[in-house]
Amino acid sequence: MIPSYVPPKYKVEVDPNKCMLCERCTIECSWGVHRREGDRIISYSNRCGACHRCVAMCPRDAITIKENAISWRSHPLWDIDARADIYNQAKTGCILLSGMGNAKEHPIYFDKIVLDACQVTNPSIDPLREPMELRTYIGKKPKQLEFDFVEEEIDGKKIKKAKLKTKIAPNLKLDTPIMIAHMSYGALSLNAHLSFAKAVKECGTFMGTGEGGLPKPLYPYADHIITQVASGRFGVNEEYLMKGAAIEIKIGQGAKPGIGGHLPGEKVTAEISATRMIPEGSDAISPAPHHDIYSIEDLAQLVRSLKEATRWKKPVFVKIAAVHNAPAIAVGIATSDADAVVIDGYRGGTGAAPKVFRDHVGIPIEMAIAAVDQRLREEGLRNEISIIASGGIRCSADVFKAIALGADAVYIGTAAMVALGCRVCGRCYTGLCAWGIATQKPELVKRLDPEVGAKRVANLIKAWTHEIKELLGAAGINSIESLRGNRDRLRGVGLNEKELEVLGIKAAGE
Amino acid sequence: MCGIIGFMSRKKRMIKGDKVAIALDSLKERGNGKGSGYVGYGIYPKKYKDCYAFHVLIDNSPKFEKIKAEVEKVLEQYGTIIKDEEIPTEDGIIEKVHIPWRYFYEVDEKYADKEEDVVVDIVMEINDRVDGAFVISSGKDLGVFKAVGWPNEVAEFFRIDKYEGYMWLGHARYPTNTKAWWGGAHPFNLLNWSVVHNGEITSYGTNRRFVEMFGYKCRLLTDTEVVAYILDLLMRKHRVPVEYALSALAPRFWGEIDKMPEEEKELHTAIRLTYGGAMLNGPFAIAVGTPHGLIFMNGDIEEDTTMFGLTDRIKLRPLIAAEKDDMVFVSSEESAIRKICPDLDRVWMPDAGMPVIARPWK
Repeated sequence: MIPSYVPPKYKVEVDPNKCMLCERCTIECSWGVHRREGDRIISYSNRCGACHRCVAMCPRDAITIKENAISWRSHPLWDIDARADIYNQAKTGCILLSGMGNAKEHPIYFDKIVLDACQVTNPSIDPLREPMELRTYIGKKPKQLEFDFVEEEIDGKKIKKAKLKTKIAPNLKLDTPIMIAHMSYGALSLNAHLSFAKAVKECGTFMGTGEGGLPKPLYPYADHIITQVASGRFGVNEEYLMKGAAIEIKIGQGAKPGIGGHLPGEKVTAEISATRMIPEGSDAISPAPHHDIYSIEDLAQLVRSLKEATRWKKPVFVKIAAVHNAPAIAVGIATSDADAVVIDGYRGGTGAAPKVFRDHVGIPIEMAIAAVDQRLREEGLRNEISIIASGGIRCSADVFKAIALGADAVYIGTAAMVALGCRVCGRCYTGLCAWGIATQKPELVKRLDPEVGAKRVANLIKAWTHEIKELLGAAGINSIESLRGNRDRLRGVGLNEKELEVLGIKAAGE
Repeated sequence: MCGIIGFMSRKKRMIKGDKVAIALDSLKERGNGKGSGYVGYGIYPKKYKDCYAFHVLIDNSPKFEKIKAEVEKVLEQYGTIIKDEEIPTEDGIIEKVHIPWRYFYEVDEKYADKEEDVVVDIVMEINDRVDGAFVISSGKDLGVFKAVGWPNEVAEFFRIDKYEGYMWLGHARYPTNTKAWWGGAHPFNLLNWSVVHNGEITSYGTNRRFVEMFGYKCRLLTDTEVVAYILDLLMRKHRVPVEYALSALAPRFWGEIDKMPEEEKELHTAIRLTYGGAMLNGPFAIAVGTPHGLIFMNGDIEEDTTMFGLTDRIKLRPLIAAEKDDMVFVSSEESAIRKICPDLDRVWMPDAGMPVIARPWK
């Protein structure tokens, strides 16, 4: 066996003066970092991913995890990551896998955008005393309304009344513009899904199934669930399509544009096998492309097929990864009968992606929203289709900025998992998530109580919703419609002219 | 800040322009002398009544003739200039940074089926492309007069008292978000739509990008401009009945919509979904003069000009309405109305977001 040359990333220490040898850490750590030897706890630091489970559960606060401050010769080009990756690949000869989103130190454009607020001439609005409307409808809208004029007799007089002629297509009604992103059953545990489902129901919003099908325990929440049709078609049948509130076709994903997905066979338990409609223990491989979609016309055909299959009662979304050509693709999607385009930025999370994709492919979501919204407007199509943005939304200000740049609503993935306890340790692909989130091991899954999880996620959505209302009020706006695409309320700090132009915003002070 | 006054005679009696100037002068403290303006409906003699009256501000610079020629080149592409002249002004009152010019104009017969669209295109083309010229008024038998100055100065400068109209709107400006310049003064006009506004449209970015999708170009650097374009889009182009169009500008709250009977609920939901980008947010009170040919909710085609007042949904700006015989008034303050009509039959404060619509008597 070729040994690893990579020193441990973290250093785990158990203070013998505090430790009472309860061995809780040895049970809690799913990666086997801790072991009792005689009258002390021994820790194998090289197995630690800093998931903090042992720290959080230690009754004596005896465990410390630090970054391993081992000295490497500093070098501006050959940084530690570059060298560690080479050691790992020299050992395995494999593609390096990673979890979560892009970990490069690219600019976070959300943090280079500041919001405007009212002072004196335009009063700010107090959300505690005035209505503040966050309700959002996702789906197809008509270009214009048409009316019929019908003669009616009222009090003996014949009066022509205007009646609405236009029929509005089915839309999803969101009480808050925050939804939970598609993360599959398989990548995530049933208890994680149940937590999300209960939370979105409570908050009047929606969650995505991901490409893992819809497990039966989620059926009671199906009217708050968007089912996904991905290239692997896992779990897709008529019942599945009819069950959810909307359908999403996944073309691409922000963390790994241009490639498919892979759920290792060891994660395909009996329940997952039944839900995904694949044999137990077999690898679930989603191909890179949909093998029936090789053009925008093919995509339009699938959109219509899904609409036919669901009697034109369900909105159909199309999700693409944020890439430089996203605006042109979005125009194609808008003319395909699809109801919403979902754009997933390169900070979007994932259970497992080749590290080289996660860190080097795709574009920032901020740029993608701005470019897609602008292009749809130039084509006169923006009003007819909704834009959902995802990938790296970390707080209510990010939601606010995404909407002001042009989105209708956002999906949150990593943030929702963090609400459940996730430490963003990036080892979801191992299936050993100590918090019971990204795992199928029954002993780990049961660590996540769906009731508690739901409460935490609902609290997060509600907290952000309150904050968005406050931000809206500060901007003198009492309805989210007036924020959508309202880039005048944003200013850039430390951005160059081209970046400001792409984002369609002015510089601070302008 | 900003002061607005509007009145119309439902009998279409002609009223001299000095009335609107007197009323507006009493609101001068709501402005700061950085912009005032008037629009009179029915002001032009019979000879030019059916012509489009383009009021154009042309830079008072050595390039004046060149800019004017550019304006005329655009106009001549689509029709005939029947008469053009400098709008009469009084010297020595305000600095004449622009020369106001008017063209009485007929659109070519070949554009008969889309005459108004052609006029909109002309306005957009001149405002967008001709450097140093802005169209401030483009309706029939009406005219906008505006400049940087106090209400009495602008009225005197344009000799407003020499005109007679059956409907007048006036505006005293206190610019808060863009610079003070002649084009940024109110009223804002397109075709026969004229808007005066007190407040600040915090949804401007959304509204501007919404109307831009339909070919309008906001070049006058003030949020009120977009209101005129939204009205033109909704009521003229999309033929949305006036009450519903105003509901798009200041929609019912979802809480109210949810309690409506099914048919009404569907209608108001459809308005919010389709015209969310037209919703005006922030503090506003607007008074609007409207054109011929409106389809009202009862379906009748109204061939007469109409006026309405509307505030935002939580009424962050004042609006008072009043009536006396055939006269209907809207204003920021009752005192301005009483200045020209001390004995009123009825004075009321319209509810937040509820329009007051004044139509001529038949």
